[in-house]
Amino acid sequence: MKSVEAARLTDLGEVKGFMDRALERSTADQTEVMVSEWDSALTRYANNGIHQNVAERNVSVRVRVVKDERTGVASLNQMSDAALTDVLQRALAIARLQPPGEVVPLPGPAPAPQVPAWSDATAASTPEERADFVRAVCVAAERSNLKAFGAFSTGSAQLAIANSLGVYQHHRSTQATVNSVVMGEAGSGYGDRAAVDVRDIDKDDLAREVIEKARRNQDAQPVEPGVYEVVLEEYAVSEMLEFMSFMGFSALAAQEERSFMRLGERITGEAISIWDDGLDPSGVPAPFDFEGVPKQRVDLITRGVATGLVYDQQTARKAGRASTGHGLPAPNAEGPFAVNLFMAAGTVPKEELIAGIRRGIWVTRFWYVRIVHPKASIITGMTREGTFLIEDGKITRPVKDLRFTQSILEALSGTLALSRTTKLEASEYFGATRVPAVHLKAFTFTS
Amino acid sequence: MKDIADAALNAAQVKGAGYADVRISQRVQQDLVVKNGQLAAVSDDASQGFGVRVLVDGAWGFAGSARLDREEVEEVVNRAVRIARASARVQSQRVDLGPPVNSRGRYTTPIQRDPFAVPLSEKVELLLRADAAMGAVKGVTVREGSMEFIRDSKLFASTEGAFTEQDLYESGAGIEATATNPDDVQNRSYPNSFGRHQGAGGYEYIEGLELDRHAGRIAEESVALLSAAQCPSGVKTLILDASQVALQVHESCGHPTELDRVFGTEAAYAGTSFMTPEKLNQLRYGSPAVTITADAMTPTGLGTFGWDDEGVPAQRSHLVKDGLFVGYLTSRETARVLGQESNGTMRADGWNRIPLIRMTNVSLQPGSATLEEMISEVKDGVYMETNRSWSIDDRRLNFQFGTQLAYEIVDGRRGRILKNATYAGITPEFWNSCDAVAGKDEWRVWGLANCGKGQPPQVAHVAHGAAPARFRNVKVGILK
Repeated sequence: MKSVEAARLTDLGEVKGFMDRALERSTADQTEVMVSEWDSALTRYANNGIHQNVAERNVSVRVRVVKDERTGVASLNQMSDAALTDVLQRALAIARLQPPGEVVPLPGPAPAPQVPAWSDATAASTPEERADFVRAVCVAAERSNLKAFGAFSTGSAQLAIANSLGVYQHHRSTQATVNSVVMGEAGSGYGDRAAVDVRDIDKDDLAREVIEKARRNQDAQPVEPGVYEVVLEEYAVSEMLEFMSFMGFSALAAQEERSFMRLGERITGEAISIWDDGLDPSGVPAPFDFEGVPKQRVDLITRGVATGLVYDQQTARKAGRASTGHGLPAPNAEGPFAVNLFMAAGTVPKEELIAGIRRGIWVTRFWYVRIVHPKASIITGMTREGTFLIEDGKITRPVKDLRFTQSILEALSGTLALSRTTKLEASEYFGATRVPAVHLKAFTFTS
Repeated sequence: MKDIADAALNAAQVKGAGYADVRISQRVQQDLVVKNGQLAAVSDDASQGFGVRVLVDGAWGFAGSARLDREEVEEVVNRAVRIARASARVQSQRVDLGPPVNSRGRYTTPIQRDPFAVPLSEKVELLLRADAAMGAVKGVTVREGSMEFIRDSKLFASTEGAFTEQDLYESGAGIEATATNPDDVQNRSYPNSFGRHQGAGGYEYIEGLELDRHAGRIAEESVALLSAAQCPSGVKTLILDASQVALQVHESCGHPTELDRVFGTEAAYAGTSFMTPEKLNQLRYGSPAVTITADAMTPTGLGTFGWDDEGVPAQRSHLVKDGLFVGYLTSRETARVLGQESNGTMRADGWNRIPLIRMTNVSLQPGSATLEEMISEVKDGVYMETNRSWSIDDRRLNFQFGTQLAYEIVDGRRGRILKNATYAGITPEFWNSCDAVAGKDEWRVWGLANCGKGQPPQVAHVAHGAAPARFRNVKVGILK
């Protein structure tokens, strides 16, 4: 039975042969072919039972051609020879039908290091194993008269990129992620985990965290909105960091004068260092970007000073420098994107972050965060599933969820402490962050 | 494709499925982006595959694959059945779908010009004309225009005898001008934000937008916003343009009336709802001026189709009638819990996703006022237009929205242009403060092609009919 569920990714030699044929058959001046393939499954649960349970196997073949200073891109989700002919023809037809314009240069060959991101155990995960995991969380919740909700996914993927200038990159990866909300009659708690190897996710540890959080978060009472000292758990810090990346870490945002990054200037407190590193195995590693350029570590904020931006081929050309390996799939008008983000840890045990707080708020996670003003790094959102009042260095009671409207840079300028441990948070789409919990001097809750 | 569908349904039944359905989809999509006078991106994407949903021992299983052949059908059905059996091991309740659904037929979106037959050059030229008009305005730093065209050919078949085929077309376009200075960035877009305005239709939908005619105006507004006054803080009368009303309906009525959310199936992701069943026919959701319908037959609406992805025919129902909360968006499974039948809102984001309850065309019905009349009756207020930011809590109660453009209203007249305008409120309080909705002449169907829900994530294309509306005593101006 197990073999049915083992990851069914196309053999590497077959992928390489397919890409070679694409480059051989293309009549364009330059050609790039990207094959992305995944086999994934997700078990979703609510009210202590599985209610949705799905699996898919899919592939994307994306071809970019450059001919006579015109670029065309086409894609198809098949890997047959007929599909190859079709996708090449469509890409060339698009290129032929458009006016000559600015061509994004394809990169030349450069070796990308191999980084470990594969687990046979994750690739071979079965629906029965996912169900057993979910059952353990649901049974633990039920024993506490609570209800569990969430999703547990396992998947394997491969990404291969080749171009007619000699680039050939290939990477295989697996990922397991689980999130859980546990609810009582009058409140809930949240927890999640992510790992390359599914065996690194401890279901009992997750259940313990989320049930304990839910128990403490019953019968929340309102607290007056205003400016509070806060402790943000890693879930909230991760989301904040992703919004920083979205608003400001891209060279395109800077070139279009909409980024909050002012290179060389202090923009946060000195305790804050943030970087992007696709090669660090403690994240969700990816050795090259969607243009086939090897990923470089980029120090974005170093001890509070803005020190770097991420580049793709297009923004690098405009800046007269090399890409840092942060390109997205062609055609891309959105610019480069930092998706392997890290924030430096501090020295304080997480549970001691509240020690000196006379009156403050503990925030588990954010919800529905949106940009209010990108250049001022202002975001708004709600707290969710675990917001507590801190009084005299202790969590005293749960409080109703609050809306915040806050400049991220201003908040981080008041960084008082960071936890000495960090947590991996998988992004909803791709990439991940590894961040500590933070203690901030001031955070504005508006309602 | 019928043979693939038959093979999947037969295999599922042989392997013990009490119910099975199969969806086969072939979707093509063309996207164009013109940026700062250059064609920045053109792509032509295609995706095809099939998904099989089965009920075994009263529990769901689903599997899908891009490979459309008999061997793969067998494997995918095996996978779906095995997954369903695993679901049955941790089940809180057996699934009951209620009465069988055996719809049959074919539906095609009415179009006048097939967008895939329109030459690329015609599309690019229109975007370049709009780009040039924006570029003629001094102070604009980034100009962008985009178009998107989709044709989704779908086949649905079930073991209950349903067999439907649909060809759904969408066309969309939009333009945006951005102006910056060292401390500020302001943007204006047309006809809506979120990149594009999209509808069910052919290229005639794009032609009707007259992008080039509005390009200069929004460019001038983006520059003017840089030196505009900050939106003041206070409790004021608020008038929203139709597009912002559409988003307000989406977030604060559409989502909380999704019955799957109400039952907790999205609790760990998209959230739950404050509109719980005991409030049905009891909750005074809004003022008598507020009537909201879900109608999957609205012309040009992105939620318009022949049948949903459970084979239930497109239909119209009330969610809020004269201010009273009277109905939900339902599926076969969730409607059964309330002793009802599905009102046909289950849609999947492609062959590789299961259907979820999604908004169809959820619309605020027009009133009898006009925008100018509404303004003329306001002593101290703010008019806000075109969304810039949107956020609402996981029960859909506490919201804060921002718009690109605003004007102060003083003694019945539009005054200064205002920037960074925001407003906030609690859903029923807000809709109960609605005292006027503009009439049919100012009512329009707004497409939203970015509605997220579900795990794995799904994006739905939905629509909202809306007209400008007025709200009293609203907290505005959150930013100081």
